[in-house]
Amino acid sequence: MNSEILTQSSTNAEGQPASATKRGRRRRNLWAYGYMSPVLVALAVVFGYSFVEVVHYSFYAGGVGQLTYVGTSNYHELFADPQFITSMFNNFKLLFTVPVVTILALALALMINTTFRGVRQYRAIVFLPYILPATAMGLSFSYLLQGNGVLDSLLKNLDLSFLIHDWLGSPSWVMFSIGSVIVWQQFGFGVVVFSAALLAVPGETIEAARIDGASWWIVQRKILIPQIRRIIEFFVILQAIIVLSSVFTYVYVLTGGGPAYSSSVMEFFIYQNGFENGSIGIASAAAVVLLGIASVLIAIYIWARARAAKEAG
Amino acid sequence: MQHLRNVLRQLVLIALSVISLYPVWFMLSTALKSTHYYTMNPTGIPYHVTFSNFRAVLSDWPLLLWMRNSLIVTVVAVSVSTLISIMAAFAIVFSQAHGRESLFRSSIALMAIPPVALLIPMYMLMVNTHLINSLPSVMIFYTGLLIPFSIFFFVNFFREIPLELVEAAYVDGAPHRRILRSIILPISGASTVTLVIVNAIFVWNELLVALVFLQSNSSRTLMAGLALYQGRYVTNEPLLMAAAFLSILPLGVLYIFGQRFFVRGLTAGMGK
Repeated sequence: MNSEILTQSSTNAEGQPASATKRGRRRRNLWAYGYMSPVLVALAVVFGYSFVEVVHYSFYAGGVGQLTYVGTSNYHELFADPQFITSMFNNFKLLFTVPVVTILALALALMINTTFRGVRQYRAIVFLPYILPATAMGLSFSYLLQGNGVLDSLLKNLDLSFLIHDWLGSPSWVMFSIGSVIVWQQFGFGVVVFSAALLAVPGETIEAARIDGASWWIVQRKILIPQIRRIIEFFVILQAIIVLSSVFTYVYVLTGGGPAYSSSVMEFFIYQNGFENGSIGIASAAAVVLLGIASVLIAIYIWARARAAKEAG
Repeated sequence: MQHLRNVLRQLVLIALSVISLYPVWFMLSTALKSTHYYTMNPTGIPYHVTFSNFRAVLSDWPLLLWMRNSLIVTVVAVSVSTLISIMAAFAIVFSQAHGRESLFRSSIALMAIPPVALLIPMYMLMVNTHLINSLPSVMIFYTGLLIPFSIFFFVNFFREIPLELVEAAYVDGAPHRRILRSIILPISGASTVTLVIVNAIFVWNELLVALVFLQSNSSRTLMAGLALYQGRYVTNEPLLMAAAFLSILPLGVLYIFGQRFFVRGLTAGMGK
């Protein structure tokens, strides 16, 4: 660890004993506080202030400039609102994309875990969707998936008419369609993450197993997958955070929350109540609920990190 | 057997490549068709190429203005957040200041905070400070949102720097500012490019904040403008696809030239 080195070596340079007084230590670190202060100010404004205020607003009703204190009634109203319940459940439904992305990406990463011609190009192509703006790609998907759209005419031409749906216009299919677009975008990210992890697995372990006569599948399942287990865990947690807290763009562009509010998610609910209906209190209460759910995932993430760090020694 | 497996693998990869690229191809091919031609043949190859859609969105829409806005917001938010995060990460790794570990730990936690949860208070703040509908409102918000990951990224990178490099300079009595500038920054070039790309993608692609904060046509970013015009021109597919294609073009070009930076940066959050 090279942390603290500057302070320590400065101590040596000045010929002072390592156990300097508290005040001396503070003075020697003065520059560090200066270096940290810009981000502290920015984080205090964007996160600190917002956390306090969003909780504050959640106890008020009314529009800008005419807020009145209403206690916890926003929260009661929230959990009695079928649109909020639907929104929350839709976020949970999108959690199904997490195992799908993980398994598909892991399968492909294992499949291309050798050197052959074109492997880098293929990886680059499947990674591309991950960097493209969801707004623009959502526009493209909205034409591909709309009723009698491109996908439907393709299915018709393939004599698969029984599969034809109004993918974005039917309440029972719309979350499946949004989830599929998310899988399309996140898949390449998983492939690249898992490929990098697999490359780091020491070759001798695999070689030894092969010599012992282990089949391809046994090598994957008993050696490679366990070796990158930690990375898989991180990826799963990260994906869960994404489907919970940053899918607004897909919903806004693909369906606008519709039909009715059947594809609304928590983010969309907050946006709509706060900025279209002017119910700042309700939107803030929903934001507090979302923060609560996000905190659970963040706690799991930090716990997983700490455990991985401990294992690494 | 081995041969069969290779053929199978190629087939899977070709299929996945087609699925990955098709929505982009659909965008481009539609943009090159006239409305009439598109209605007759939505999925076919555009044999009669027309550039009229591109011309129309560039001259009739404020697309170039939105692009300029997006570019300004991206450049400012990314440079400010990168600069101040480098300073903070340097202090976290190379000092004994109280609270440095807490700052690092909070950054990790804040990385996963949903931006929508901060949206209402930030909106009220921007209204009260009369910054709403102006580019600085989103710049400030984006800068804050980018900081946690940037600190996390640079702290991890600085912790890999060999001790001897910094120690020698310190014994010579060089001030912190000079150590950062003449030792740390020169070896951080590739990492900084990587982080800048990750952050730039986030800002360029961001929709929610821009949609809420920038409601006048002249202050909109590209994504917010595109989302707004979707409602207005939804039945003119070739026109919308031309605008959408132009909006992904800068990223696409960057990706072709700097692919390794994209991959390295966007996977940096994993495992460390």
